Order: sequence, then C-alpha cells, then structure tokens
Amino acid sequence: MSIIVQNISKSYNDIKAVENISFEVKEGELFGLIGPDGAGKTTIFRILTTLLLSNEGSATVADFDVVKDYKSIRNSVGYMPGKFSLYQDLTVEENLTFFATIFGTTIEENYDLIKDIYIQIEPFKKRRAGALSGGMKQKLALCCALIHKPKVLFLDEPTTGVDPVSRKEFWEMLKQLQKKGITILVSTPYMDEAAMCDRIALIQKGKILKIDSPENVTKKYDKIIYDIRAKDTYQLIQDLKHYPSQYSVFAFGEYLHYIDKKQNFNSTELLTYLQNKNHTEIEIHISNPTIEDVFMDL
Amino acid sequence: MNQEKIINVKNLTKTFGSFTAVKSISFDVNQGEIFGFLGANGAGKTTAMKMLIGISKPTSGEAVVAGFDVKTQSEMVKKSIGYMSQKFSMYDDLTIKENITFFGGIYGLSRIQIKEKTAELIYELGLEEVADKLVSALPLGWKQKLSFSVALLHEPKIVFLDEPTGGVDPITRRQFWEMIYAEAHKGTTIFVTTHYMDEAEYCDRVSIMVEGSIEALDSPKNLKKQYNVTSMNDVFLKLARNVE
Repeated sequence: MSIIVQNISKSYNDIKAVENISFEVKEGELFGLIGPDGAGKTTIFRILTTLLLSNEGSATVADFDVVKDYKSIRNSVGYMPGKFSLYQDLTVEENLTFFATIFGTTIEENYDLIKDIYIQIEPFKKRRAGALSGGMKQKLALCCALIHKPKVLFLDEPTTGVDPVSRKEFWEMLKQLQKKGITILVSTPYMDEAAMCDRIALIQKGKILKIDSPENVTKKYDKIIYDIRAKDTYQLIQDLKHYPSQYSVFAFGEYLHYIDKKQNFNSTELLTYLQNKNHTEIEIHISNPTIEDVFMDL
Repeated sequence: MNQEKIINVKNLTKTFGSFTAVKSISFDVNQGEIFGFLGANGAGKTTAMKMLIGISKPTSGEAVVAGFDVKTQSEMVKKSIGYMSQKFSMYDDLTIKENITFFGGIYGLSRIQIKEKTAELIYELGLEEVADKLVSALPLGWKQKLSFSVALLHEPKIVFLDEPTGGVDPITRRQFWEMIYAEAHKGTTIFVTTHYMDEAEYCDRVSIMVEGSIEALDSPKNLKKQYNVTSMNDVFLKLARNVE
C-alpha cells in the first residue's frame, strides 16, 4: 500500500474538519477525493504531507509514518497545494531550478518525468510565474511537484477554477504520470472528473461516505432516474416538486433529473400531470446515474 | 425581436500595452434573460465584464448597460447593477445582519428599507438562527446564496455573477440556480460566468470567448446543433481547444 489512513480525526477549535477517516491507496493507483469546499479534503492532504498533526489516528505514506518519519516523507512525495504556491517573482525556469535544488537534484536528472509537461511551458521559461495564465501556472506547479521524482503525488484541487479544456488536458497528464508508476492522490469538487480515477472516496462534512471504483459507484445505485425537460424549466422544477410522489428534482444540464418514491412509477401519469399544468415540449425518459447523482443522494 | 435590450455592446475593445485582451466584441442581452458568458481562462471574460460593470474604461467601442454608457456614466451603471463573484462575497468578520446593513447602505437604501430588506432576506434564506453570527461561520454555499441576495438588495435590473458556484457542493449549486431562475422569472437579467458546463445548459443564451473574441453566441440547443455535438462541454472543447 502506498497510502494507509487509519481513523484520522482533526478538529480546529470546536470545528471537526475530518472525523474518523480511513482509506488505503494502492501503489500506482490514481485515487480521487471527491467533495465540495469544506469537506475536509485539504486537511487530509496536509496531514499526509506532514504539514499538520492529526488529533487521532495514524497514517503512512510510502511506508513511512506521517509523524515519526516526516522527514522521509517530505523527500518521497510531491505536493501541489490548492493555492498557487510558487514564487510569483521568479521566472518559470528559476522556480523549477529552485525546487530541484531544494530536493538535492537537478532539472536534467529527472527531465524525463516532466518533459511532456515542461515542453508546453518552455517557450515562456523566462517569464515570471506571476504573469502566467491559469493553465500554465498549473503546469509549472505540477513540474515543480515532480522534479524530485516522488513516489506519491498529492494534488489538492488542481483543476478548481480552471476551464474545461485545461481540465481535460490536466487529467490526460495525470494518466501519463500514472503509467510511470507514480501513485496519485487527487482531490476535486468537479464530479465529472471522478470518472478519470481508478477509485474514489466521496467525502462531505469531514466524513467519507463511500469508497469504490467510479463504475461501481454508479452501477450500485438502486434508484431509477428520469431525464425530464419542457419548455419552461423554472416552472417545470416547481411543478415536479409538487408532484405527490416526487423523491427529488435537480437540474442536470439540459434535463432535470427526477426520482420518484413509488416502485410502480408510471411516467404516463406524470406526463398527464405536466400537460395539465400547461407544459409544452415535454420529454421524459430513463437516464443513467452519474457520480453526482449518487453523491447528492448520500 | 421587440424585447428590450438591457445590455448593448458594440465593438468593445480593451488593450493593455501591445496586448489586446478584448477584441472588438459586439452582442446584446435581452431584458430578463439568463446570459452565460463563457470562455477559457485568459480568454478575456473578466476584462470584458469589468468594462460592463463600469470599473474599467474601454479602449474603444461602446457599451450601454441598463441604459447608461459605461464610458461616460459609469457611476450610474454601478448603481443600476448587482455584482457578486466567488472571490469577493461578504465581510467574514461582520455578522450576517451587519453585512446586509452595510451593503444596503452602500447601495443607498434608507434605514427603513434596510431594516425591511434585512428581515425579508433572513427569513427567505432561513437564516434566522445565525443572523447574528459571523459570515465566516457559514458554509461556502450559504455565503454564496447570501451574497447573491445582497447583490439584489437595491433591486437592480441586471445582476453580474462571476463564477458564483465554484467549489460549491452539488445540491447547493442547484439551489443556487433555482434562485437564479426565480429572479430571472421576476424579470431581472442575469449575466453569469461559469466553468461548469452543465450550468451553461441552464442559460437562455450563451456566448463563448476565445482569445478576446466572441466565437459563438446562441442558445445551448442551437450551439449543440451547430457543432453537431450532444453537450455544451463538447461545444466548448471544440471551440476552445488548443488555445492557451
């Protein structure tokens, strides 16, 4: 096991940030912590990267204990915090050299590992990090976290606030790194990114709600979801919420996702109900659950 | 169309030195519309939005927002609009009540109006029990809901939302959009940016900026048809791919 977390709890004054959390990440696995702001993801990252002590529980990273062997861990892991943490007034090249030197290595020594990513920002190597675009900053931060060839890579919300194109490219990079044998623990508030992980932990309010592969999370979901749409979305939400047997109604892209309480739910009856409410262009059909559907129902 | 145009933008341009951040964009936003303003990081969205809300002067071109020229009547523009962003929402070290009072004052409401609005807003959001607690104690999703309501305190004709739902949990994100729908239903125009492509689907019309220009503008349905794809995410990827 690359990461073992056992019954970790952490409170800040009287606020419980994480509560009795346990999970394991296998060597070479791409493991996702999926949850919104305030779920406790960053606290877990800080404990595992030895920047924060837990109140209870124990954890090992690359077979080192996070408390006793903290120095060894710092040499064997790469950490990209959520907030951009490079030196804004150093250039791209200077930042990378700085991090290489700190870890007692050189850019050349592990160039192989960062090559695919670094060539994308190399044209701007004389530019100050602070003047880079969001996508480029993110690539530089990843290079700096990789420069000492870590066994385990920690990425705390690397794609938050990043546009869909850059997000997609970033995940493609992670897949490549995984092929090189690096274990990756990554967190994200974007549920659609969960599908890119081998396994995920769904986390909310400091507790892990579920750990499984993304396929299993959706496959094991036992409720039937209907895609519904009509011309007036706002009115449709209101009317569906007043349908007697409704279980939940949520907007999901171009459709609403509707779940009914009844086992023998009849979509024709619902259609009639909506027609009587003067809805037009009504569509109702069965949909496949997504990670986000499951998350919202936990 | 005989709908009233609440925003009218013609050849709006902004340059910083030799760099053109916004390249002669033109578009209209209808009264009561939910208008999605999309683009990759660095595409020029923020720069364009800053000009529309009257805090950055255009280099050339024109924009009329709520009937006021952003160049010559920027103070009137600011009074006629609401604005909220993910980054600046509320003062963490003031209580919920104090924040509402503060912003009410900034927007020029009278004491009586502020009192009424505060009570109304706290009741509508179900915040009675925490009204005297610091805003910092609220979860992000609640902060954003409160912040949205505060941006509407002075009943602006149009409200600008800059990535209002970033990092917010999925259920609160949807509750937030229901608030947006409800407000649009009352006739308020919504101008919103987001990186969640499912939210782009909730907009009446969407524009996509690429390298300072508006490359596409239509309803989500028409955009998907035009680019022959099934989701707004795919539309976005097709347009904005390979642009840094």
